[in-house]
Amino acid sequence: MKIIKSLLVGASLALVASITQAASSGNTLASVDPEADRLAMQSFFQKRFPQVPLDDYVNGIYSLDAGSREQWEEIEEFPPYEFDIEEGEILFNTAFANGKSYAGCFANAGIGIRQNFPRWDESQGKIVTLELAINQCREANGEKKLGWKKGKIAQISAYMAYTSRDNVFDVQIPNDEAKAAYLDGKQSFYTRRGQLNMSCANCHIAGANILIRADLPGPTLGHVTHFPVFRSKWGELGTLQRRYGGCQKNVRGVPQKTQGEKFRNLEFFQTYMSNGLVVNGPGARK
Amino acid sequence: MRKSIIKHALLGLVLVGASTMTLASADQIAKGKALYLNKKAGNCIACHMIPDPDAKLPGNQGPPLVAMKARFPDPKVLRAQIWDPTVKNPTTIMPPFGKHWILSEDDIDAIVAYLYQY
Ligand code: HEC
Ligand code: HEC
Repeated sequence: MKIIKSLLVGASLALVASITQAASSGNTLASVDPEADRLAMQSFFQKRFPQVPLDDYVNGIYSLDAGSREQWEEIEEFPPYEFDIEEGEILFNTAFANGKSYAGCFANAGIGIRQNFPRWDESQGKIVTLELAINQCREANGEKKLGWKKGKIAQISAYMAYTSRDNVFDVQIPNDEAKAAYLDGKQSFYTRRGQLNMSCANCHIAGANILIRADLPGPTLGHVTHFPVFRSKWGELGTLQRRYGGCQKNVRGVPQKTQGEKFRNLEFFQTYMSNGLVVNGPGARK
Repeated sequence: MRKSIIKHALLGLVLVGASTMTLASADQIAKGKALYLNKKAGNCIACHMIPDPDAKLPGNQGPPLVAMKARFPDPKVLRAQIWDPTVKNPTTIMPPFGKHWILSEDDIDAIVAYLYQY
C-alpha cells in the first residue's frame, strides 16, 4: 500500500516536471542534448493535444483553439501582410548606392533560405538571425542599419520568408560554441523574469491554450515559423524579437536588447525546437 | 467535564469565526475586491474565476476561488498562498505577490477578506 502511494507520488511529480519543462536533457554543455529536447517538446504537445497533427503547430494558437481559428482563416483569405510582401520584394531588389543588392549577401541570392536562420556564423563566432544578416548586408555595402522591430526590415524579412514557404526548418548546431548558444537560449526560455516572476515556459508550455483573462498563450512549438507577423494590435508588421520584448514587458520586466546576444540565442533555441516544421511566414495575428 | 471541553472548543470556534468576521470591514472587503479586479494591482481575475457577479470574463489558469472558508479554514494558509505560491509549488505560474512587492501586506489582507466572502 505504502509502496503504491509513493509510486503514485513519484508519477505525479514526474508529470508536473514534464508539464512545465517538456525538455528531457540537461542544462550543462556536457549534458544538454538538443535533439532529445526537440523530440521531448514535440511529444509533450502531442500527448497533451492528441487531436492536433504536428504539422499544424505552424499556425500557433490557432492550431489549438478552434474558436479563434475560423476568424483567423477568414483574415488569411485577404491577408493584411500582402502589401508588406510586395514592398519587401521591391526593397529586396532595389540596388544599394554602390550598385550591389541584398542578393549578393546570401546563399541562393536570398531566395528560399529562411529555414536556415538563425545560424551559427563561424567567422563572427555568434548566432546570426535573418534580420541581423539583413542589416549586416546593408552595412557591408555602405548603407545605414534599419530599425530592428518593424517597417522596412520586417518587410524584407517577410518577403524572404514568403519565398521560403513550405521549406522545412533545418537549424544546425555544428559545434560546441553553437551548442553553448543553444543552451543559453534554453536557459532564457525557462528562467523566470520580471516582477510577476514568469518564464516563457510558464505561459507557452504549461499555460498554453489556457486563458489568462482574454489572452490565450500559444504553444512554443511553431512559435517562430510564421514570423514576421502582421498583428492587429500593432496595426502593422513586426519581427519575432519585437514580440519577445512585448512578452517581457507583460511580466513587468525590463525587456532585453533587440538583436542582442540573449535574444539571438533565445531565437536560436526556439527555432531549433521547431526544426522539422515548415516556414509559413509572414502570418497574421490578433 | 467532557461536555464542558466540547463547549469550550465550540466557543473557541465561534470566536475564531467572529474574529475573521469583525476584522473584515466593508471597506476592507471593497478594497480587496478592487485589487482583485484591477489589472495593475492583483489582477487575480486574469487567472481565477470567483462567483462575484462583477468579476466578468475571468481567465482559468488557476482553480476557481469558491468555498474559501471551507477550503481555507486557516487564513494564514490562504495568505501564504498569495504571498509566495512558489513555496507550495515551485513551478507555479502564479506570481509571488508579497515576496515581489506586487501588493503590500495590507493589500493582501484586504484580498483575503474579500476571498472569504465566497
Ligand atoms: C504572462 C504570459 C506570457 C509570458 C510569460 C510570455 N508570453 Fe509570449 N505570449 C503570451 C500571449 C498571451 C501571447 C499571444 C498569444 C499567442 O500568440 O501565443 C504571446 C505571444 C508570443 C509570441 C507570438 C506567437 C505568435 O504566433 O504570433 C511569441 C513568439 C512569444 N509569445 C514568445 C515568448 C517568449 C520567448 C517568452 C519569454 C521571454 C514569452 N513569450 C513569455 C503570453 C506570455
Ligand atoms: C498568472 C496566473 C495567476 C494569477 C495572476 C493568480 N493566480 Fe492564484 N493560482 C494560479 C494557479 C495556476 C494556481 C494553482 C496552484 C499552483 O499552481 O500552485 C493558483 C492557486 C491559487 C490559490 C489556491 C487555490 C486552491 O484551490 O488551492 C489561491 C487561494 C489563489 N491562487 C489566489 C490568488 C489571488 C488572490 C490572486 C491575486 C492576488 C491570484 N491567485 C493570482 C494562477 C494565478
